[in-house]
Amino acid sequence: MSDFEPKIVAFCCYYCAYSAADLAGSMRLQYPHNIRLVELPCSGKADIRVILEAFERGADGVYVAGCLEGDCHFLKGNIMAKRRIKQAKKLLDEIGIGSERVEMFNLSGSMGPRFAEIAEEMTERIKKLGPSPLNPAYARKQEAADKEEAK
Amino acid sequence: MIVAQGKPIAEVAKMIEDANKILVVGCGGCVTVCLAGGEKEVGVLASALRMLRKKEDKPLETVEVTLSRQCDPEYMDQLEKYVADDIDCIVSMACGVGVQFVAERFDKWVVPALDTKFAGGALEHGVWGERCGLCGECVLHKTGGICPIIRCSKSILNGPCGGSQDGKCEINPDVDCAWQLIYDRMKSLGKLDKLLEIEPVKDWSKSRDGGPRKVVREDVMIK
Ligand code: SF4
Ligand code: SF4
Repeated sequence: MSDFEPKIVAFCCYYCAYSAADLAGSMRLQYPHNIRLVELPCSGKADIRVILEAFERGADGVYVAGCLEGDCHFLKGNIMAKRRIKQAKKLLDEIGIGSERVEMFNLSGSMGPRFAEIAEEMTERIKKLGPSPLNPAYARKQEAADKEEAK
Repeated sequence: MIVAQGKPIAEVAKMIEDANKILVVGCGGCVTVCLAGGEKEVGVLASALRMLRKKEDKPLETVEVTLSRQCDPEYMDQLEKYVADDIDCIVSMACGVGVQFVAERFDKWVVPALDTKFAGGALEHGVWGERCGLCGECVLHKTGGICPIIRCSKSILNGPCGGSQDGKCEINPDVDCAWQLIYDRMKSLGKLDKLLEIEPVKDWSKSRDGGPRKVVREDVMIK
């Protein structure tokens, strides 16, 4: 599935990842176009329902990017986000989408290169996993695999 | 409050496998407070079930509604307009009481999404502990406000038993011995002498042993 271009939603905290994305832009760093950014006031705002909605609407991967631990503007939002992502992983396994498709990252606003690196890392991971079972491309991939087997 | 916990998604999915359209009903009472069956959890469960079914190529339609409570007939009246003919199954996210009230009221297949655990309270955010065994005749005035029925693993009334060690119960070193707690509390209140009174055998017919219970208050009845 080398032509598979995943859709990845990145929920980014305004105080770190979102600024880091800006910085990556000013530094003219390249990162995959697969990432769709959603700005949050804090990574702790990443609600499980919003994460599930992203998957339900066809995202192949989702990640939440918050400040470095100990650096949260609201003290503990990123720690709460971390716990919520753990719970989201459990739920995604239960649904059969797979816990690997959601992740939590920590970075600071000055880490533009790291922002690009995370985008790269997540895109690579999701490309390897292939389309989400809820993505129409998944069915096509299954069909192709079945045909391959029949040969 | 009644403390409950969500069943695994796969278990709920199995209960509704024949349904094409379901009504997911949350409860704004205890289960909202213990974060098991309120509006948010209704959204999460409905979304998870839809995705699970979409994956299996058997799309599921969901209708979501959260009532103030499910344990009062007037809220069942409010539910009526959502219980359309094409609803194949109602998933109740209330405690066992709410599930039964829905099932008693509507001619539909009704299933529980939660496991009802106990009567208790929040020890901290995200942690709930059992506090009352609903025995029907409270004895907390004799035990310094610590329930020997549910917090003592053996429900003994003239404790402690021989297994009490270092303040812990013999069933598990993480569990406080209720009778040690009672003793310490009575001591600090200067009421140790009260513990010398022998408590007779409890009348369990006022509890579950007497069959399903009912409370009738004629003074507040309106029919
Ligand atoms: S004595 Fe009975 S009513 Fe009182 S707290 Fe214990 S179980 Fe509940
Ligand atoms: S050790 Fe204490 S709490 Fe445990 S059964 Fe004995 S008296 Fe009850």
